[in-house]
Parts: sequence; C-alpha cells; structure tokens
Amino acid sequence: MAEQNLDERTRLGTVVSGSLTRGVDVKLDASISVEDMVVGRYVAIEGEKRRFFGMITDVSLEALDPRAMTTPPDVADPFIAEVIAGTTTYGKLRVLPMLTIGGDAVSILEGPQPVKTVPTHFSEVKLASQRDVELVFGAEDDRRFHVGTPLDMETKVCLDVSKFVNRSNGVFGKSGTGKTFLTRLLLIGMLQKQAAVSLVFDMHSEYGWEGKNEKGYKVKGLKQLFPSKVAVFALDEESSRWRKVSTDFVVKIGYGDIEPEDIELLRQTLNLTEASTQAVYQLAREFGDKRWLKTVLNLEEDDSKQLISKLNIHDSTYRNLRRGLESLRRFPFLVPHAVDNPVQRILEYLDRGINVVLEFGRFDDSAAYILVANLLSRRIYARYREKAEKAMGGDMAPSRPLVITIEEAHRFLNPELSTRTIFGRIAREMRKYNVTLLVIDQRPSGIDDEIMSQLGTKITCLLDDERDVDSVLAGVAGKSELKSVLSKLETKQQALVFGHAVPMPVVIKTRDYGSAESYKALGFLEAAELKKKTEKDIEGLWAP
Amino acid sequence: MDLGTKVAEVIEASSAEFVAQCYKLDQGPALGSLVKTEGELCEIFGIVYDVETHSLDPGRRVIARGEQMETQDEVFRANPQLARLLSTDFRVLVVGHRQGDGLHHYLPPMPAPIHGFVYICQLEEVQGFAQSLDFLGLVIDARLSVSVDEVVAACLRCFSRAYPDSHAFLVKAGKELARLLGGDALRLNSVLKRLR
Repeated sequence: MAEQNLDERTRLGTVVSGSLTRGVDVKLDASISVEDMVVGRYVAIEGEKRRFFGMITDVSLEALDPRAMTTPPDVADPFIAEVIAGTTTYGKLRVLPMLTIGGDAVSILEGPQPVKTVPTHFSEVKLASQRDVELVFGAEDDRRFHVGTPLDMETKVCLDVSKFVNRSNGVFGKSGTGKTFLTRLLLIGMLQKQAAVSLVFDMHSEYGWEGKNEKGYKVKGLKQLFPSKVAVFALDEESSRWRKVSTDFVVKIGYGDIEPEDIELLRQTLNLTEASTQAVYQLAREFGDKRWLKTVLNLEEDDSKQLISKLNIHDSTYRNLRRGLESLRRFPFLVPHAVDNPVQRILEYLDRGINVVLEFGRFDDSAAYILVANLLSRRIYARYREKAEKAMGGDMAPSRPLVITIEEAHRFLNPELSTRTIFGRIAREMRKYNVTLLVIDQRPSGIDDEIMSQLGTKITCLLDDERDVDSVLAGVAGKSELKSVLSKLETKQQALVFGHAVPMPVVIKTRDYGSAESYKALGFLEAAELKKKTEKDIEGLWAP
Repeated sequence: MDLGTKVAEVIEASSAEFVAQCYKLDQGPALGSLVKTEGELCEIFGIVYDVETHSLDPGRRVIARGEQMETQDEVFRANPQLARLLSTDFRVLVVGHRQGDGLHHYLPPMPAPIHGFVYICQLEEVQGFAQSLDFLGLVIDARLSVSVDEVVAACLRCFSRAYPDSHAFLVKAGKELARLLGGDALRLNSVLKRLR
C-alpha cells in the first residue's frame, strides 16, 4: 500500500512562477513525460506552510534558448534527446490552485479552505493521491453521493447531495455526451440520500422505466431500480402500453386548467401573433379562467362574430388565435373535463416521498412539453409555497425539498420567456419555498444569463460552441483556465463539476450505469435477493 | 601507458594553469585526461588541454629527415640526438584541488610548484573527482588557446571511460552542460555531438 501511495504521489516538478489569478507555472522534471500530463488532472503542491490542491489547466512546451525552435537539436540521436529532455527543453504545467490545507492542527480540523495565496517558489508538485482526493471530496456517506472518479484515478468523487438540492442546478453538454446518464445518476443520488423528492418531466421517456444507451442496449430506469420509491406518470397511455411500462397514473388535463399565461408561453409554438395572445386575456376575462378555452373552442361561426365585435378583436387576430387553439385539440391528454386532478395526484406521491417521473410518450414536441411542464409546475409550486409559508408561521412541518427536472431548458428559460414561466421564478427564488430545478440542456447559451448565474452546481459534459462554454462558465473564478479543461473533455462519460456541491471544480469520469454490477452498486436488488431481504426483515420484526 | 605513473614535471605554472614537460618524447597524456601534481599544501587537479612537441632550442627548427627511410623509428635510430633536442610539453587547466580530506572543484590557493611531478589519475580517482560536475563551469568559461568545446568533449569522453556505465555518466554530464549552455542551443548541440 505504501508503495502504491508513493507511486501516486510521483513528483512532477517544481513551482517556478505564477499568480493567484492565473495559476502557478510548474516546470516538469525531466523524468516526467509531458504526454502523461492531461488537463483536468489533480495535483498537490507542498508549500512551505500549507498544502495546495489544484487542477492542471494547461500543458506547454518550453525551451531555454528560442533558437532551439528554429534549429532543433538532433533528437534522432537518442543520446542528445535524453540529455536535452527536461534541461534546455522542458514541459511546463499551468496549475490552478483551488484549495489549501494548513499544516497546524486547527487547519487540519477545518479541512480544505479556498486558496488566498500561492505556494512559494520551487515548491514540490506531486500528483494528488487517493487520500488527497478523499480529503477534499469526502467519502461516500449519508449526504454524499458517488458520481464518478477523477481522471486516471480510482478514488470516488462525491457530491454533497444535501447542498446540491439547496440550489437550482444544471447539467449541460452537447447531444450524445451523456447528459441523460448523468442526470439519472443525480436523480438516484437524491433518491438514495433522501435529500429531496424529484418530479421529472421526462420528454423522451428515458428516466422512468427504461432508456437506451448509444449502442441501443436497454438500461433500467428509476422505476425498475427502485420500484417502491418511484412512480411513473404517463401523458401518453398508448405509448406506455406499447413500451410495456407499468404506469401509476395517466395524466389528463382539463381545458379548465389552461390559463392565458400558458397560451402566452406557447406563442411561438402555436404561431400566435402578439395581438392574439392579448386577446386570450380578454377572452378569459369574458368567460372566466376555467371556462374560456372550452367556450372558445365550441363557438360557432355566428357566435364568434358576435364575440369579436363585442370584445373589439380584429377578425384576423381571432382567426390566428382560433387556429392556434384548435391545434391543442390534437393532444389527447387535453380533455374538456378532467376526471382526476393530476396536480393533486403528483402532490400525494411527492408528500409520501415517492419520486414522480412524467413520461411524455409520443408527445415529445416542445408545445406539449412546455404546456404540461409549466401548467403542472405552476400549481405544484403554488402548493409548496403555501406550505412553506404555513411552515414559517409554525402551523406545519416544512415539506420535503422538491427538485423539478426539466429538459431542453433553453425553451423555457430563454431571456424572452424566463420572466414569464414558473421555472424562471423557481430558479430565481431558489430554495425559499423548498423547490429547486435541475435544468438539463444542450444549448446553455440560450438560457437567460440571470438564471445561469443562479444555478448552484453546474455539471457539464463536452461543449464546443464558444457561446455555450462562455455562458456555462460565466462568473466562475479561473474561467479561462476551466475553459481549456472543458473544451478538452472526452465526448463520453466525462464531465466537469463545479459550484456549490463540490469544494472545487473537478473533472470526473462518470460512474458506470447500465451494467448489472453498476445497478448493484446503486443499491438495486434482483427479485430473489429482494425476497430474501424481505424475509429477513420480517424475521427481524418478529424476533424476540 | 601505465596510469598513475609519473609522466612529466611542471615547468611553468600559474593559478589557473600549468605547463608540464614529458619525460619521454611523444608520450604525453591524452587530450582531456585528468592529471594531478603535488602542491605544497594540496594536491592540484587539472585537465590536459593542449599537448605539443617542439624543438628545445628555439633557434633550431626541426627538419624532415626520413626521405630515404622505411619507418619513423628508423629516423630516430639514425639520429639518436633527436630525442634530446625535442621535447613534448602539455598544458593543463587547473580545475580543482584536494586539501586534507576535502575535494574542491575550484582553484587552489597556490599554483603548482615548479618541478612538481605530474601524474595521470587512476580510474578510481577520476570517478571520485567527477562525482561533482561543478568543474565543468570552470572549463566552459576558460579562455584557452584551443577550442574550449573540444576540450570539454575530450574531457568527458576520457572521464566516461572510468565508469562501467559510461552512457549514464555522459547523460548526467550532458544535462549539466545543458544547464550551463542552456542559453546557447547551437553550442550545446555541437558539444553533445562530440561526446560519442
């Protein structure tokens, strides 16, 4: 073990220059190949009085004599190559120090603190050991959930889930970089550590029952892994039946539940003009919030004419509106009268600590998604708010924190809509009312800056659009350094995690998901094992 | 040549270098080899940087004599006076000294004494001396009548023979050179090429 530790803590080189803002420059020892150094990797710097932890943010080649570039030495000769490596030509690392631990007892008890200075000249730089990483990220316990491992290491990087759910968070990355897998892990983390209940608006029906990986193999969804803690709600009963998903509830929304604000959000998708969205409010005032849609959809030609002349709505505006509203009829989940109240049902489940995944089935277009997610969230949020205010008055116990997961977030949270949708409010008001968001998006530059700045923890897979990278890293210390790390992530299973729930930014190889072992590691029991466990529990119950 | 044997005598000396005359004609030490001489207070080490054979009488030039002869030896056999009229001298750059138990890689307090005997160092002595390569700085900075780079290369080649793993020694010495000549990549290159 001691030997292994030595190995991990290989000396890389010495600090030669740098600053707190730019990071320190480390001259690599001749014995260390520059090709073994990768950005995003962790290093420990032994300062005079304290130890620093940092991340490699850049790797460069240097030469003492600039003429060496124009007349390169004869490196075909192995002798010359060996001599000049690390002497006249050498590798240099840029390391961004992030945390520090003092040498005295008090500092050790306090644990890692953010850096406020840099190590002295010629401090020794080593690869961070497994212990260092554990010291920084903590071991997995009832608050921390293992999300992955640092690059080239086996140690677990843990996310403090209780801190995570305190704020709204974001998962970003280009399509196909593993956002869905990462989100599944985060949802499981919240579920396992019982830090919050989740409501997932599952646009592509891949979280609830089962999903597919890139190769087309099926992977288990939350319901399969934790049947007693997850309920699958379906918007599209037929699709669920085809996919053989056992749904807990089929969501039907009555016309009466659709408010003018909902239509306003759908303005672009329903192709409505500004005037026709304004007309909706007039109609709602005329017929009442609960009845307006049903009434308008049932109006005959003559009645329509009377109505528009009464309300002074232009004929073309009315036509535009009517056409838009008619297109809502194609959604079978919208019914004139809803028998059950989906909001009530969802709340019941959430109150019991059961996570709800709403699968959209075939209605995976943005119109249905925006409409339903907004409509349900607004009502659920109102209830949470009510409960939180009562709890403040001491009448009620505070409710369990709720995390609402939304995909394609830039459609809700773009600068134009973010002030109007409920999600914009949730993101801004943070945890005041115990409701936070988990935003999943592939185009973070489309999200309102104000919302981005409110996100507590950001987990981002590879992004290659400059604007997306900028928007994700806006306001982060060491932005340009992290930028180089972010743009060099691999396309699969790698993510940069930074923000509230981790002590320092870290590049992780995300934990495996999809194999039998991974399910087991996540606490899934096969039927036979489950039976055995239940029997044992029952025995324990009756034991004297 | 038997290493460690007395080969010459100091005939001219200064703090930084000395000139020694060989006892036998044309039997001087190799360029770059480590030699030593006994000083009053210390043992002085130096590196041979120039070997020269010349006429003892500055007024009498050596003339060619072997036109009718088969070998060089025949020239000397036919003219036995030649061995007395010619002399082989070599110049030594002082690079360190031993005083008591301490081996120092810098100039001694006193120059080598005239008529001090000069010995070629044994392999073990070379190894001991070359444990520290600090003397390379003295050589690189010296102003010599011959090319310094040639002397450095010859010296390191000589020293490397004292080591079982001569390659490792040359790499270590090469890195020291790289440190000293870091700002001059072209010069470094040319020295390194001469190390083999």
